[in-house]
Amino acid sequence: MSVIMESKNVSKQFGGLRAVDNVSTQVPEGSIFGIIGPNGAGKTTYLNLLSGAHSTTSGEFIFCGENITGNSVHKNAKKGIARTFQQIQLFDSMTVLDNVIVGFHKHEKSNMADAIFRTKRYWREEVEIRQKGIELLERLEMAEYIDQIASNLSYGMQRKVEIARALATSPKLLLLDEPAAGMNANETYTLLEFIKFIRTKGYTIIVIEHDIKFILNLCDEIMVLNFGQKIAQGTPSEIRDNKAVIEAYFGTGRVAKHMGVAKDE
Amino acid sequence: MEGDVKSRITKKSLKLSKRNLIIAVAVFILLLIMPQFLSAYLNGVAVRVMIYILLVASMNIVNGYTGQFTVGQMGFANVGAYVTAIMMTNYEISFWIAVVVSGLAASLMGALVSYPARKLSGLYLAAVTLGFSEILRVIALNWISVTGGAMGIAGIPVPEIFGFRLSTPLSTFYMVFAFIVIMLICNYCVISSKVGRAWISIRENEEAAKSLGINTYRYKSLGFIYGGFWAGIAGAVMAVFYRFIDSNMFSMADNFDVLAMMIIGGQGTLFGPIVGSTLVIGSLEAFRFTAAYRGIIFGGVIIFMMWVRPQGILGKSTKDGPIKMFYNKLVSRSKANRKGGTA
Ligand SMILES: Nc1ncnc2c1ncn2[C@@H]1O[C@H](COP(=O)(O)OP(=O)(O)OP(=O)(O)O)[C@@H](O)[C@H]1O
Ligand SMILES: [Mg+2]
Repeated sequence: MSVIMESKNVSKQFGGLRAVDNVSTQVPEGSIFGIIGPNGAGKTTYLNLLSGAHSTTSGEFIFCGENITGNSVHKNAKKGIARTFQQIQLFDSMTVLDNVIVGFHKHEKSNMADAIFRTKRYWREEVEIRQKGIELLERLEMAEYIDQIASNLSYGMQRKVEIARALATSPKLLLLDEPAAGMNANETYTLLEFIKFIRTKGYTIIVIEHDIKFILNLCDEIMVLNFGQKIAQGTPSEIRDNKAVIEAYFGTGRVAKHMGVAKDE
Repeated sequence: MEGDVKSRITKKSLKLSKRNLIIAVAVFILLLIMPQFLSAYLNGVAVRVMIYILLVASMNIVNGYTGQFTVGQMGFANVGAYVTAIMMTNYEISFWIAVVVSGLAASLMGALVSYPARKLSGLYLAAVTLGFSEILRVIALNWISVTGGAMGIAGIPVPEIFGFRLSTPLSTFYMVFAFIVIMLICNYCVISSKVGRAWISIRENEEAAKSLGINTYRYKSLGFIYGGFWAGIAGAVMAVFYRFIDSNMFSMADNFDVLAMMIIGGQGTLFGPIVGSTLVIGSLEAFRFTAAYRGIIFGGVIIFMMWVRPQGILGKSTKDGPIKMFYNKLVSRSKANRKGGTA
C-alpha cells in the first residue's frame, strides 16, 4: 500500500508549551488511522497542523508526494484534505442539503459573471450540485433529513451531516476529530458502522477518539500521543498490549497494578 | 423511490416561482406609474430614499451576507461622487460613462480597504472601515486643486439621455429607479450562486467554510469590491441629483445613518435595505415639523426597533436575544470562537 500522508519531525510550540513534539508517521492509503492519547496530548493540534489551521514550528507534512507544509486550510482542502471538528461546526441556519452543497464549492467552475448573466454553465452547475448533494445524502442513508435545518437535528445526526459535507469535497483524506464525543452508546455504534461504511468507498481516514473500544474496533493502525510526543504506533492488538500506552493512560501507580496492567520490574 | 427527490431539482424548480415573478412585475409597474402622481417634493424624497437604498444594499452585502461589521460605506460613495463630478464638470464626459467609472473606482477602493480588513472582524473591522471613510473625507476636504476643498464642486451638469435632460426630480426618479432594479437583479443573481453561498457560509461559520476549500479572504475582498461598486454608483447619483458635492456629505454621521437603515430593514435580506431606507427617510420627513426633536424621535424609534425586532423588519428571527446578538457582533464572536475554535 502506498503512503498518502507522511509527517516528518513535526513540532508545534505554543509559547512555552510544546503541544506537538517531533512527531513522524506515515498513513497508508485506504486505511483508517487512529490517534489516541490523554487530554491535552496534542491530538487536535496535530490535525490542525496537518490541515493548515496552525502553522508548524518545525518539520513537514507530505501529502500525495507533495510538501504541503505552510499551506492555508482552503488550499489543503482543495488538494483533498477534509475534516470535521471536535466541536461540531455546521452552518446552523442552513438545511442539511445546503450544508452539503457548500461542500461542493471547490468543484464549481462558474463565476460571478455566469451568475449575473445566468449562463448555461450556471444553470448546469446549480442543478448538478443539488442532485449530487441529494445523491450523496441518499448514499449515506440520510435522504429523509435533506430539508431539515441543521441546528434542529440531534447531535448524532449533526455529526453525520458534518461528515457528509466533508465528503462533498471529494477528499482523499478525511480527518475526524473525536466524532463520537458526546454521543450515547447507541449513536456511537451507529457512527462506527457509518465510518466503516465510508471506508469501503475508498477514503483514507484519520480519526481521533477517546473511546478506546471504538478506536480498537475501527482502526488498522493507531498512533499514541502523550505530552505532544509519539509514544507508540501499531495495530490495535499491538497497542492494547503496549506498556507505554497503558502507563500513559493509567499511570504506574496502584490502579494500574490493581488492574494488572502495570507490573513492577 | 430512488432519485425521486433528485428529479425534483431542475432548472425550472430553481427559478423564481410564477407567483413571485408576477408580484415583482406588478410592483415594478406600480412604482413606474407612481411618480407621475407625486409632487416634485415627494419625488425628491423618493430619489433620496433610493440613493440610500443603493448605499444600504451595498453595506448589506458585506454586513448581511458575509457577516462582517463594516461602517464605512460613505467612503465609497465619496469616491464615486467626486469621480463623476470631476469627469462631468471638468472634462465634459457623459454621465453614463462617468457613473460606470465611479462604480469601478469605488470597487478599487473596496479592494484596497479589504486588504487589511479581511483579516479583521468585529469592532476592529468597524474602526478600520470607518477610519478609511474618514480618511477619504479628509482628503476630499484638503486636496483643494482637485476637489475644490471646502467649497466643494458646484455646477455639476445634468445627465442627458437621447438628448433629453434629466433635470427634474421626476426624471431623476426614473434614472435611479433603473439603477436600483439592475442592482436588485444583480444582487439576487449573485446571492443565489456559488459566490453568495460562499459569503453566507463565511457568515455562518468561517472555520467550516475554510475547511471546505473556500478562500475566505478572497471572498471577503470580493464582497467589498462588489458592494463598493454600488456605493460608488450611489455617489455618482448624488453628484448629479444635488448638482453640488462637498466632503460634508460623506461624514461619519452619514455612515451611521446607513448602518441604522440596514439594521432596521433586516440584514442579509434582499429587500431589507428598501424597507429600512424608506422607513427611516420617510419618518424623518414625516417628523420634519418637530424640527430639532427629529433626532430624538429618530433615536427612540431605532432603540424601540432594536428591542422588539433586533433582526430587523425583514430579518429572520434568531434564538439569541437582542442584547446578545449585538454583543456577539461587537466582540465578533463567530460561532467557531464561541464553541472553542478549532480546539
Ligand atoms: N491555540 C492554542 N494556543 C495555546 N495553546 C494551545 C492552543 N491549542 C492547544 N493548545 C494547548 O496545546 C495542548 C494540546 O492541545 P490539544 O487540543 O491538541 O489536545 P488534545 O490531545 O486534542 O486534547 P483533547 O483530548 O482534550 O481534545 C494543550 O495543552 C492545549 O492547552
Ligand atoms: Mg482535541
